[in-house]
Amino acid sequence: MSKQPVAVVGVGQTKHVAARQDVSIAGLVREAAVRALADAELGWADIDAVVVGKAPDFFEGVMMPELYLAEALGAVGKPMLRVHTAGSVGGSTALVAANLVAAGVHGTVLTVAFEKQSESNAMWGLSLPVPFQQPLTAGAGGFFAPHVRAYMRRTGAPDAVGSMVAFKDRRNALKNPYAHLHEHDLTLERVQSSPMLWDPIRYSETCPSSDGACALVLTGERGAARTPRPPAWVHGGAMRSEPTIFAGKDYVSPQAGRDCAADVYRQAGVTDPRRQLDAVEMYVPFSWYEPMWLENLGFADQGEGWKLVEAGVTEMDGDLPVNPSGGVLSSNPIGASGMIRFAEAALQVRGLAGEHQIDGARRALGHAYGGGAQFFSMWLVGSDRPDR
Amino acid sequence: MTTAAELLAGIPGLAGVEPVTRVTIPARLEYTYSPGSAQTRFLTALPQKRLLAERCPQCTRVYVPPRGACPTCGIATPEQLELPHTGTVTTFCIVNIAAKGLDVEVPYCYAYVLLDGAHVGLHARIGDTPYADVRIGQRVEAVWDERRLGPSLASISHFRPTGEPDADPESYRRWM
Repeated sequence: MSKQPVAVVGVGQTKHVAARQDVSIAGLVREAAVRALADAELGWADIDAVVVGKAPDFFEGVMMPELYLAEALGAVGKPMLRVHTAGSVGGSTALVAANLVAAGVHGTVLTVAFEKQSESNAMWGLSLPVPFQQPLTAGAGGFFAPHVRAYMRRTGAPDAVGSMVAFKDRRNALKNPYAHLHEHDLTLERVQSSPMLWDPIRYSETCPSSDGACALVLTGERGAARTPRPPAWVHGGAMRSEPTIFAGKDYVSPQAGRDCAADVYRQAGVTDPRRQLDAVEMYVPFSWYEPMWLENLGFADQGEGWKLVEAGVTEMDGDLPVNPSGGVLSSNPIGASGMIRFAEAALQVRGLAGEHQIDGARRALGHAYGGGAQFFSMWLVGSDRPDR
Repeated sequence: MTTAAELLAGIPGLAGVEPVTRVTIPARLEYTYSPGSAQTRFLTALPQKRLLAERCPQCTRVYVPPRGACPTCGIATPEQLELPHTGTVTTFCIVNIAAKGLDVEVPYCYAYVLLDGAHVGLHARIGDTPYADVRIGQRVEAVWDERRLGPSLASISHFRPTGEPDADPESYRRWM
């Protein structure tokens, strides 16, 4: 069965902020969707199906919010479905939408992901007591901090690496008008002297809590031929999962992440990701995850990821820019964060990333992870139509 | 981004009206958890200060708390065994901020303790020692809370250092 090539022809985001008190959830997602349609120069009638994603319902306290989003997203009379894979959901939602186009089920699909963190308390939602463990996990930071320490111990990475990543991403965010944090006065020293929240993770090495939405319009060859702006072509996409806890689980570099990346590279014909990719948007909610994922995604050998950070390779002007948009460290509407990575990768290869454009980017990776480092979703997009 | 007041100003009849931007709707949720036979055995042994585990007959990995099945091999784990109260810290963090609804005083040290003979870490608090002294590889033992002994992991107050030399990294390298 041959797959249809899939093109990203519309990208829309809201300006991510701490609290969007002027709109409901429906207003928030519609804003991103309208912008994606405008980018594609399409109307609601051109959309055949809608795929939405968000993180756990507990984050807003609204059970199944998709039930009341059908009208806001123009889905009345069309198929609509919701995807959930925890923090990676924005990525897996885009992949489900892309697969509908690739399979020829629908011609043009709108996909939207969102979170309105200001409406509840995600840290509480992530800290519910479970009967088979002592209740000690204080939010995502508390869960991931021991894994960061294990990475530091395993590799001997210097303490400063985490602050270098945070400072880079927050500076990149200054070039992205949609980023939540625009910290003009931030210095490396200030990152390094910010308080330890979950030692070894500092305040300034932690993602913010954001309200925001992201939307993509995906279509096939015919749609791409009509689109006014350059499309981004999906060269590969994959998801993998593994249990939260099992004997031998490597929290620092999960097998599911390595397998997912290998699958995407194989589909895209990439054999040397470090050299063949021009930009990476990876899911880095805590700064140390940049060196950790550099290894997990095959950009560096085991134990060597931090050396790329230290050498400036992942800076905007390095040979492997990571998170030119400012990343999750600068905007974190959780359910949307994965789709923003996918969207930013697409903007890079379309040449439409504005001030944070990497010159001449032709292939970029979008990456997301979620749950207890157990759900992974990635896509590799390019400016050229993939060979069949 | 327009403010709510600006939005209302443009709507006939709503200009000057105080915008409603927040309505708090309290929600409450209680779970009735069915632990199943494996966890029932584990939980009922805790008041006797016993730590029950299960071994997978195929991969031989030892799970505590037991789940009745091996998540890797996908088969039942009928073999039960009792583990000692000692183990090794495989990693940890110091939590300095309180999570809403979490009944622990901050700061506290949240660690993965690999009980001797187990292949998955137990999540536990480390106490009776300055946090600056806690380290990966440190040997620790369970401190039981006599007042809270019951079918719950709250029966273990925390783990404290035994004072033994640190464990050989090879003994816990694969088992965080």
